[in-house]
Amino acid sequence: MYTQALNQQPESAPREADNAEAAARFQARIDAEERIEANDWMPEAYRRTLTRQISQHAHSEIVGMLPEGNWITRAPSLRRKAALLAKVQDECGHGLYLYAAAETLGTSREELVDQLLSGRAKYSSIFNYPTLTWADMGAIGWLVDGAAIMNQIPLCRCSYGPYARAMIRVCKEESFHQRQGYEIMLTLCRGNAEQKAMAQDALNRFWWPCLMMFGPPDTQSQHSDMSMRWKIKRFSNDELRQKFINATVPQAEILGLTLPDPELKQIDGVWHHGPIDWDEFHRVIAGGGPCNRERLAARRRAHDEGAWVREAAAAFAAKRAPKNQTEKQAA
Amino acid sequence: MPTPNTPIWEVFIRSRNGLAHKHVGSLHAADATLALQAARDLYTRRGEGLSIWVVPTASITASDPQDREMLFEPTASKPYRHPTFYEIPDEVGHM
Repeated sequence: MYTQALNQQPESAPREADNAEAAARFQARIDAEERIEANDWMPEAYRRTLTRQISQHAHSEIVGMLPEGNWITRAPSLRRKAALLAKVQDECGHGLYLYAAAETLGTSREELVDQLLSGRAKYSSIFNYPTLTWADMGAIGWLVDGAAIMNQIPLCRCSYGPYARAMIRVCKEESFHQRQGYEIMLTLCRGNAEQKAMAQDALNRFWWPCLMMFGPPDTQSQHSDMSMRWKIKRFSNDELRQKFINATVPQAEILGLTLPDPELKQIDGVWHHGPIDWDEFHRVIAGGGPCNRERLAARRRAHDEGAWVREAAAAFAAKRAPKNQTEKQAA
Repeated sequence: MPTPNTPIWEVFIRSRNGLAHKHVGSLHAADATLALQAARDLYTRRGEGLSIWVVPTASITASDPQDREMLFEPTASKPYRHPTFYEIPDEVGHM
């Protein structure tokens, strides 16, 4: 993605008035399926919406490393450990692609990271749940990454070019995540009774939070209408949730596991789920989930403990800079 | 003392022998050595490349999207720059 060096020189471009003519031209480009690029004119609200969405997405990838990082040192085999390590490294990469896409809209990386660390920015509610057993690594890969893929595939066609391109890269890498998770579940389900019970327990704990990942129901969603018009979103929260359930039910059957929803039933080929506890969702988003404080504390600690590295690298670069220039002049 | 903002670099990768370096994305790094290292970690985890270029983003001069018509429209009126503009009898064969 093409990124402007926004944190080096303060934004000097005059803020264009959101005049009706420019807005109409912009919407016409969107309607014609053109991609909007970083330097193109865009309504301020489009810029704000995307900055919020892309940076929240980036924060989710970064915080998302923590629940799985919890099990790297305790993976049951070298094969599992190498795969989990690679997956967590990918999540970090995805966070960085996304921060770079968000930065093209005019907010610096440092500001975005600060929004996360100060608690002003949100991230996906799912990462505020604890990972209690090894089976959670299976459930996360299978369900959390499965839900993320459902969300992310339509984003590859998002109207904002840098975001769409970042998502193409992310989606290419994500499929390994889901498959390795499903393989963990399958291995546990084919193991002894205790191992299968562990897989069922992980599914029981992660199922409902995964359905919440798609966001509030369409009747309550605040941001959907404009996002659809701007082609940031292509499907509604409920549509994506439904697709996810339809894809997941047969996968659970193959594992021989039961989805923890007694009301789940198929009518004319479509699975209907029982009521989702939206109070829990709002509580977790607002900071009241089981691990919110722990997650933010871990990010802050990592940021603080890395400060000396950033300072040393900056000092070294500064020391070398004049020398490089002298060499060039001499040459 | 707060750490100064870390510069942005654009990353270009040659994916196969014989192909040009292609832009793949950007990253932050204090200097060129660290930028190369980070580009390797961030953009070549699955054998995507044989060679990496990193360029400070601030060194790139880009054309303004508002100048698009002025810059590129004139080429639309010059079909004689394309081979199909010229009529060659069929019996000449491929030319």
